[in-house]
Amino acid sequence: MSMFSIFNVSGSAVSAQSQRLNVVASNLANADAVAGPDGQGYKARQVVFQTVPMGSDASSGVKVSSITESNEPLKRVHNPTHPSADADGYVNQSNVNPVEEMVNMISASRSYQNNIEVMNTAKTLLLKTLQMGQ
Amino acid sequence: MVRGTPDHAIYFTRCSMLPNLTNALDFQAKALVIRADRQRVIASNIANADTPGYAGRDINFKEAMTAALGGNSLSLTRSAPAGGTPEGATDSRHIPLQSSTGTLGRDKLDYTTQTQPAMDGNSVDMDRERANFVDNSVRYEATLRFINGSSRTILSAIQGQ
Repeated sequence: MSMFSIFNVSGSAVSAQSQRLNVVASNLANADAVAGPDGQGYKARQVVFQTVPMGSDASSGVKVSSITESNEPLKRVHNPTHPSADADGYVNQSNVNPVEEMVNMISASRSYQNNIEVMNTAKTLLLKTLQMGQ
Repeated sequence: MVRGTPDHAIYFTRCSMLPNLTNALDFQAKALVIRADRQRVIASNIANADTPGYAGRDINFKEAMTAALGGNSLSLTRSAPAGGTPEGATDSRHIPLQSSTGTLGRDKLDYTTQTQPAMDGNSVDMDRERANFVDNSVRYEATLRFINGSSRTILSAIQGQ
């Protein structure tokens, strides 16, 4: 049955989306992280999706080809009492935009659910195919 | 050794009852394979809903079915070249197997159009794909029921009970 490859396709998508969720979680966790003494703060990360052909037939899965870092400037907050403050009293914080990350999280979660539903439907159909002629 | 017509081939050509019985099954089986192919293609679209630059694919069921019916309808007919053996067979009397991995290559698929163009060039419309997926799975189940119905009919005809 050629429909078995649906599990590979949707499985690859589920794994890619969960990696995206992981990156979102890491971004959100570091949203308020302060740069160390070297001034290198946490930079928001983004996954890059890429299509991968699966098997000889026309199905195509998805994979995370790379993870990029945002080039936005770090957030500068005036807080002279902070131990990491520079000479002007500014603290470098990460460039994570929490609103963007929440939107990203909802999108990833919906795509994850869609693919799980696809796998459930494929499983139901395959089970009914097994009962053919009974 | 002279290669003559094998006995089972004579039986199947003379006895036209069996093809008549299984014609309906054959038709529905082809429809089922195309439905399974389409299900797989739509699953690929849903999997790639967030991939930049991905072009959605789909199968035109009517065209695929016409193409499938255009081929030989009886799988027991021998397609061996004159004096040779069928591909993959070691004897000319071997019955060729029909491909079970689907009939459609990547080049025979259509492309979906963008309903709401996106900046990343992805042409998957999730609402449309989900509707297509459900539609296709219902039709797949309908085809399964047709097959089950035909096989039950054939069985009761054979058993005569």
